[in-house]
Amino acid sequence: MHEWALAESIIAAALEASEKEKLKTITEIKINIGELQQIEQDIFEFALEEIKKTQNDKLKQVKITIKTEKSTLKCKNCEHSWSFDDIKKKLNDDESEAIHFIPEVAFVHTRCPKCGSPDFEIITGRGVSITSIKGQR
Amino acid sequence: MEPRVSIIERRLKNVKRIVSVASGKGGVGKSLVASSLALHLAKKGYKVGLLDLDLYGPSSHIILGVKDVFPKEEKGIIPPNIHGISFLSIVYFSEDKPSPFRGIDVTNIILELLSITQWGSLDYLIIDMPPGIGDETLDVIRFIKKGEFLAVTTPSKVALGAVSKLLKILKELKLPILGVVENMRMTDSSFIKDELVKMDIPYLGSINFDHGLEDAIGNGDLILKTNFMKELTKCLRKIDF
Repeated sequence: MHEWALAESIIAAALEASEKEKLKTITEIKINIGELQQIEQDIFEFALEEIKKTQNDKLKQVKITIKTEKSTLKCKNCEHSWSFDDIKKKLNDDESEAIHFIPEVAFVHTRCPKCGSPDFEIITGRGVSITSIKGQR
Repeated sequence: MEPRVSIIERRLKNVKRIVSVASGKGGVGKSLVASSLALHLAKKGYKVGLLDLDLYGPSSHIILGVKDVFPKEEKGIIPPNIHGISFLSIVYFSEDKPSPFRGIDVTNIILELLSITQWGSLDYLIIDMPPGIGDETLDVIRFIKKGEFLAVTTPSKVALGAVSKLLKILKELKLPILGVVENMRMTDSSFIKDELVKMDIPYLGSINFDHGLEDAIGNGDLILKTNFMKELTKCLRKIDF
């Protein structure tokens, strides 16, 4: 249930933003989940719902939309691009779980499939982010 | 929008004091001081956490002899208890393999660890910092508002050269510096003490080079019995630890 911790950070960040923007109610939160994080979406949605209930009325009418962002990894050495899906099968359960908790350990457990370099970038598909928040003043 | 920053303060809400053990220089014994400090406080009956933030070269797990454990997953992750210390390190996830991270990745890892770790209520959270004043130090300063710093140096002019840069930046930012421990002392010299007096930074004392220390590495009970620990305890008394 590490999804719970991430869901908590989403709600806390949304409430913080609403304070800054002086919103009385939050009507919509759009969330991006990076593929690399391998979030269990059911658990994540359940956590968001449960945490919402413990908050004030500001979130009563909120609609939360979750979009999964495909991963793109790019080698700094040979410029080859690939996705997490391409290399997932080569990982054992422990390595895959470690990436689920800390996506950056992809640099520890995987290499560029073309040249074998550990020096690559996560271009897309990392972590959890809020792409937009709507509300009423 | 990065949501993780918003939750860090709440995760550390029930931690009374956060002490980062830092140095501008590698190899001065930061991890040993951090681990021993955690052991010392746990032995005194305090609730203690230890976070190893040396992502490239973590070593607190070697000092404490941590093997075959993994954090429990419960609304985040709960660090395993090692010798009475809640201990968290990147090694749970890296399996102690080489970790070639760039700066942005370091920041993301620190953010992730700080936002998903459920420390619960602690009297002290000790952070074992990597050498230097790079990403990890800047991130700790940025994300952990109530942190205090304990610096470690050796008697060498070379070590103090790097450590004083860290101390200067901490002073410039008006961050609390508990003091400096002089580790691995081999001769009677007041060089470090004199230099710290000039900088108006508390000198907590020195720890003589302990030839028996290596044999205690990997065993918390043995570390508690070393001369290193005895002398570190004297230094810590000056700050009421």
